Amino acid sequence: MEHTLSLIVRSIFVDNMIFAFFLGMCSYLAVSKNVKTSFGLGMAVIFVLLVTVPVNYAMQKYVLAPDALVEGVDLSFLSFILFIAVIAGIVQLVEMVVERFSPSLYAALGIFLPLIAVNCSIMGASLFMQQRIQMDPATSTQAIGDIGDAFAYALGSGIGWLMAIVALAAIREKMAYTDVPKPLQGLGITFITVGLMAMAFLCFSGLNI
Amino acid sequence: MEAKLKQAFTEPLSLNNPILIQVLGICSALAVTAQLEPAIVMGLSVTVITAFSNLIISLIRKTIPNRIRIIIQLVVVAALVTIVSMVLKAFAYDVSVQLSVYVGLIITNCILMGRLEAFAMSNGPLASLLDGIGSGLGYAWILVVVGAVRELLGAGTLLGFQVIPQACYDAGYVNNGMMTMPAMALILVGCVIWVHRIFVKEK
Repeated sequence: MEHTLSLIVRSIFVDNMIFAFFLGMCSYLAVSKNVKTSFGLGMAVIFVLLVTVPVNYAMQKYVLAPDALVEGVDLSFLSFILFIAVIAGIVQLVEMVVERFSPSLYAALGIFLPLIAVNCSIMGASLFMQQRIQMDPATSTQAIGDIGDAFAYALGSGIGWLMAIVALAAIREKMAYTDVPKPLQGLGITFITVGLMAMAFLCFSGLNI
Repeated sequence: MEAKLKQAFTEPLSLNNPILIQVLGICSALAVTAQLEPAIVMGLSVTVITAFSNLIISLIRKTIPNRIRIIIQLVVVAALVTIVSMVLKAFAYDVSVQLSVYVGLIITNCILMGRLEAFAMSNGPLASLLDGIGSGLGYAWILVVVGAVRELLGAGTLLGFQVIPQACYDAGYVNNGMMTMPAMALILVGCVIWVHRIFVKEK
């Protein structure tokens, strides 16, 4: 339990998807123009992460790992193809299920769901999960030992991403009233803003969890 | 015809640069640029993958059913990335360890899907190949610039060789450790965009 909690806190603040690893940057910069839509995208990312990371964890554990499927066969070279296929398939599936059972949520997530299939943070979370399986839970708070940890990691990373995009959207809404040099307007100043936010987040890296 | 091919190659280098203008594929551009060597390797890998995925998709574009094209594109790209990742592990193991998950993340690099959708699906193989190489190089030179500045100011070296002479350190020069932090990559890319936009007017 303690390990799960510290894993969540760690992936929200220290291993933040945006500020520490720059994952999901494309949609992060493109969609963060106002708080409401960025909140919608953040929720969609959490949702998809919560489904794909545990499924890919099971894939890694029971299909790809050496000796998992067939004795003496190591399928780990297939991991990129399998992970992306799982993600694309699940995003499609989630879209259909949400549309059928919760039209209001579907309307809120809107165009974001299909976009998420190629969001780097989703694929990145699965690849980091694959690395972290090899770590020892007793010594490292980053380790993912079982499927519960995979859920916790997905939840933490998702919340971290949501927090980052809502914060940037709020800053950009305010920034619309400031006088920025012309060539720096738009993309340039957004990059520098995110850079300063990332610097602020550096202080969490000293956190001892 | 000649002019069109040339345009397909040169346009992504500056006027329609994937990072500076189209804002595609930023994730990996930022994460791997703490030093020059991984930045060069990453730029080259992406160039190879964009070139060949553009070529392959362009060759089979008439046989791909429209509804499942995304999955087909993803599988082609994932297969190429797997090959590149294995080659890196075999011939440049240290760099591949440094790049860690970011090699795999080339799959979800928006440059690839963007070029496949926008160019390879509607153009011939040769033009697509050139467009792929151009986009890859347009991406690579930004990585190299950011990587070079960060390594030079952060560690005083380039490709691992000491560039700033010892005399400077003796005179009190100190490496800027901040440069090796992820945050500075963002600010540097912001500055590159700033300079680029001063010289190249947006259409």
